[in-house]
Amino acid sequence: MPDSIVSAEMRDLIGREVDEGVAEVTTSGCRLFARAVGHTDPIFYDDDSARARGYRALVAPPGYLGTPVSPQNRGGMVPVPAPIAQLRIPYRRQLDGGTAYEYLEPVVAGDVVTSRSKITRFEERLGSIGPMLITYHETAYTRQDGTVVARMYGNVIHY
Amino acid sequence: MALNTSQVTFDDVNVGDEIPALRKACTTQQLVMWAAASGDFYQIHYDPDFARGTGLDGIIVHGALKNAFLGQLLHDWIAPAGFLRRFGCQYRGMDYPNQEIVSRGIVTRKYEQDGQALVDLDIWTENAAGKKTTPGTATVMLPRR
Repeated sequence: MPDSIVSAEMRDLIGREVDEGVAEVTTSGCRLFARAVGHTDPIFYDDDSARARGYRALVAPPGYLGTPVSPQNRGGMVPVPAPIAQLRIPYRRQLDGGTAYEYLEPVVAGDVVTSRSKITRFEERLGSIGPMLITYHETAYTRQDGTVVARMYGNVIHY
Repeated sequence: MALNTSQVTFDDVNVGDEIPALRKACTTQQLVMWAAASGDFYQIHYDPDFARGTGLDGIIVHGALKNAFLGQLLHDWIAPAGFLRRFGCQYRGMDYPNQEIVSRGIVTRKYEQDGQALVDLDIWTENAAGKKTTPGTATVMLPRR
């Protein structure tokens, strides 16, 4: 195992929350996401169907937590949470290691969601692809009324 | 798979039950739709030359799209009255366009917590060779009979 690449500076970032900005859960965003996945339930496409099933509005399909309002687009790389994008890591290649969503409340069109991310843990491993750094992160999504509606847990692999 | 027409209830479910599978085969067009829907514009998912330049055999399916397939698998099983509390997976293997991706789930636990009837599952997608490319877990809340 090579020497650790996790610096004291990096360790200091663990648990520190970073603002990820605002995202709007829009009707078009819900439908676009639902079509891309291939969902067939009308609650993701039709407001009346969603309301008839007891929802406040058209429902956001699982994994869609709004469209960012920021003009920035981090396209071209695996999209990573802000705290990880700031890290200075000597490995050049990057993979998305996995994602989990936890829902506390249904998310529906009209919700405006603010997200905050933090790094929760670093793990170093010697894998078949060489030495790698796995950075575990967590994001909390808060609706405009102050309710936390969802959390996302993920990890990014640098190697 | 067609959407569930009869509600699955907590009482119907047993540990070891397999839930109805969801079969997909992504066209490149679907990958581009996903890029737009998710905001993930990494070129390995739509530009074959770029993908090969990074050492891949060709463009690959987004891990997050496979996770979203698992979201659909669970949603379709628990609709209309269930609630998807948690789902996720690890991206362990590559999947390629125009090859079958099958999403599956198996019940691992049923229990009550804070008055809610909950069911845990192991979930995954498997590729055409039957290899699990995204092992994961989920928790759903189900109505009672």
